[in-house]
Amino acid sequence: MAAASTPFHLAVALDGAGWHPAAWREPAARPAELLSGRYWTDLVAEAERGLLDFVTIEDGFSVQSARADRVTGRLDAVLIAARVAPLTRHIGLIPTVVVTHTEPFHISKAIATLDYASKGRAGLRVRVSAARPEAALFGRRDFPELDLRNRDDPAVRQLTAALFDEAADYVEVIRRLWDSWDDDAEIRDAATGRFIDRERLHYIDFAGDYFSVKGPSITPRPPQGQPIVSALGHGTVPYQLIATSADVGFVTPADADHARRIVAEIDDARLGQDRVRVLGDLVVFLGPSQAAAAERKARLDELAGAAYTSDATVFTGTAAQLADLLIDWRQAGLSGFRLRPAAIPDDLEAITRDLVPELQRRGAFRTAYQAGTLRGLLGLGRPASRYAQVGSN
Amino acid sequence: MTKQVHLAAHFPGVNNTTVWSDPKSGSHIEFSSFERLAQTAERAKFDFLFLAEGLRLREQNGQIYDLDVVGRPDTFTVLAALAAVTDRLGLAGTINSTFNEPYEVARQFASLDHLSAGRAAWNVVTSWDAFTGENFRRGGFLPQEARYERARTFMETTWELFDSWHGGEIIADKESGLFLAGADADAGRFEHRDAHFDIGGRFNVPRSPQGRPVIFQAGDSEEGREFAASSADAIFSRHGTLAEGVPFYADVKRRLAKYGRTPDQLLILPAATYVLGDTDADAAELARVVRRQQVSGQTAIAFLEQLWNRDLSGYDPDGPLPDVDPDLGEHTIARGRASVRMYRDPLATAAQWRAKAEAEKLSIRDLIIEVTGRQTFIGSPATVAAAINDLVQADASDGFILVPHITPGGLDEFADTVVPLLQERGVFRTEYEGSTLREHLGLAPLGSTAARPAAS
Repeated sequence: MAAASTPFHLAVALDGAGWHPAAWREPAARPAELLSGRYWTDLVAEAERGLLDFVTIEDGFSVQSARADRVTGRLDAVLIAARVAPLTRHIGLIPTVVVTHTEPFHISKAIATLDYASKGRAGLRVRVSAARPEAALFGRRDFPELDLRNRDDPAVRQLTAALFDEAADYVEVIRRLWDSWDDDAEIRDAATGRFIDRERLHYIDFAGDYFSVKGPSITPRPPQGQPIVSALGHGTVPYQLIATSADVGFVTPADADHARRIVAEIDDARLGQDRVRVLGDLVVFLGPSQAAAAERKARLDELAGAAYTSDATVFTGTAAQLADLLIDWRQAGLSGFRLRPAAIPDDLEAITRDLVPELQRRGAFRTAYQAGTLRGLLGLGRPASRYAQVGSN
Repeated sequence: MTKQVHLAAHFPGVNNTTVWSDPKSGSHIEFSSFERLAQTAERAKFDFLFLAEGLRLREQNGQIYDLDVVGRPDTFTVLAALAAVTDRLGLAGTINSTFNEPYEVARQFASLDHLSAGRAAWNVVTSWDAFTGENFRRGGFLPQEARYERARTFMETTWELFDSWHGGEIIADKESGLFLAGADADAGRFEHRDAHFDIGGRFNVPRSPQGRPVIFQAGDSEEGREFAASSADAIFSRHGTLAEGVPFYADVKRRLAKYGRTPDQLLILPAATYVLGDTDADAAELARVVRRQQVSGQTAIAFLEQLWNRDLSGYDPDGPLPDVDPDLGEHTIARGRASVRMYRDPLATAAQWRAKAEAEKLSIRDLIIEVTGRQTFIGSPATVAAAINDLVQADASDGFILVPHITPGGLDEFADTVVPLLQERGVFRTEYEGSTLREHLGLAPLGSTAARPAAS
């Protein structure tokens, strides 16, 4: 198949020692280093060697597991991204942020600052949380006791809709705050003694059902203007958030037809906004042969005491087989993929050292970084601020 | 052994100490400026770099204040990025307890401490203005009597979270399959219930290298001093002179015994500005020039308005002080600025200023130059090194947090000329001996805490 005419986007989702619960027991795993700056720097540097668009970093406020045989403990994802930023040059950095329990003002300036520290490579993935144990860590809101896996329960749907509605407001606030300084607000005009032109700073005056925020930000407009906003979705409500608030959506199709339907649903929901980049999520177990990959998964499943299941399709096979699948699904309308390595470093290195060269051989993936910012890698321009005065003459 | 001097660098702030109009003045936002100052501080073997915080842009007369540097990045994010480009330097930041929750602040500091391998410090501040609260879903108001109580219980709650892991729980034994030592499968469990916080669950950041960040406080009131004596590792003080520093130092250190603490467990580190010259005369002349850069005519009027609580924009900064008295009503002129609270008796201060201006024939601008923010240290490197050492040996302080007036290169000359003189005197380290900030400050390690019952 000839090279796709639009860029093929490839990202990895980093989480601890990998997505399989027994990944930390693999011989190459570094489970005692999961809380160190060096570990994360090594992982992101590996992803950058593979010319990937970006990494995402998982996060949450709760412990991952109540079991002693699972990885327990994680660091704040925004701070991990910041720790890695000065030591990388091209790759985008997208930490996860739980919007339900955090302040949009803090997160807006944190991501703007990450954008400065990375010279234009920052984004965030917004996540909502309806979990009672997570809310109890903050003690500010109480959620009903529900089985959140039962998405057809009207009470679950109602709560989910409210949380996503709040997430949309949250994104609106962080975006307005990013725009609240015009790019040229700092004037340093010695003649008049003014450091800024305050006419070029803007109160955002956001007032919604969940919170109000005055603004402006304390941090000037970041290098990208608007860092990348992304979200993961499995259904109509999050698809609407993706379509109307995000630049990048992560979705979990079961096959190419499903991918086509999801892309169409998001496209229909976008209400005139620019089309978002929809990336398919896959958990990947890679090996030199199909049998070797399957054998590795079986071994990990046995260590974990259960067959691995996921919200995303679980792929087991060779890099060439994965390349076939990705190209097939991409023709269904996906802009690219976010791969979740089952085990780190094994599957991460299989992506960067086997899959990427395979895609390059087929003319499907970049052979060098050709943009200086994450927006640039994603083919997005630098937007004007919503508040900036359009020239009047 | 001679008492050792502790030195730290404060990133230039958003006030008129910072001279932005100088051609050497660089960005206050680009990461390269923070990297440059941090690397200079580390080259000079400083204890730590310090970042301040402000969560709403200042206003005067209902408009965003535009005469000083405006804008700064997020404290945690900059400190985490600096951890990547420094190895030993402590990384200290002000984080307001009002507009955050204990769980997230504890998590961010524990993360920073991990990512910097034990170099994090927290300057705990609290502010309660509804003005800043307008940027937050929490809002900002709390009655006066509840403020210290909430700040104290906020910090205590973060300590319970830091101590919810004792260290050593993670064994990550691939062979047995135990990630946590079997007896520690519930590590991080906490429960805290009081009038301000009702939280419980498991803290998800395992114990960090220092156990918890080094704790700074800036409290100057009676309650603030007591709070610091009970729980801080260092005080970021404003008493940098011999006359003010010695009694403050004695007062705070005296309070420690009540809490079972020894004088070396709380460092007193005043903020200090400086101007260096080849000779003392050169430095004095340069200091005069810098003061005029720091206090323009407009800035002088703005300062006067902050005391007078009136619009004085019609006054000539090169003319005499206003005849009208300060407005003692609710302070409405300047918002988002801690210094307005420093004038406890505006009428008396105004009377003093008028008397001084008349006696010395000072214009408004001349007066403000005289009565605000004169540099702490002015002189040749030898003079400044001697002055710093004398103050430390006289127990006016344990060292200083230096505030350069030029970003980001304003520390270079100090690092190159004053630090070697202090090292020659044997009062400042020539190499880092430890790797954590606690070690730099001479604080004993916290070790792992014993398991203890959850607070009730």
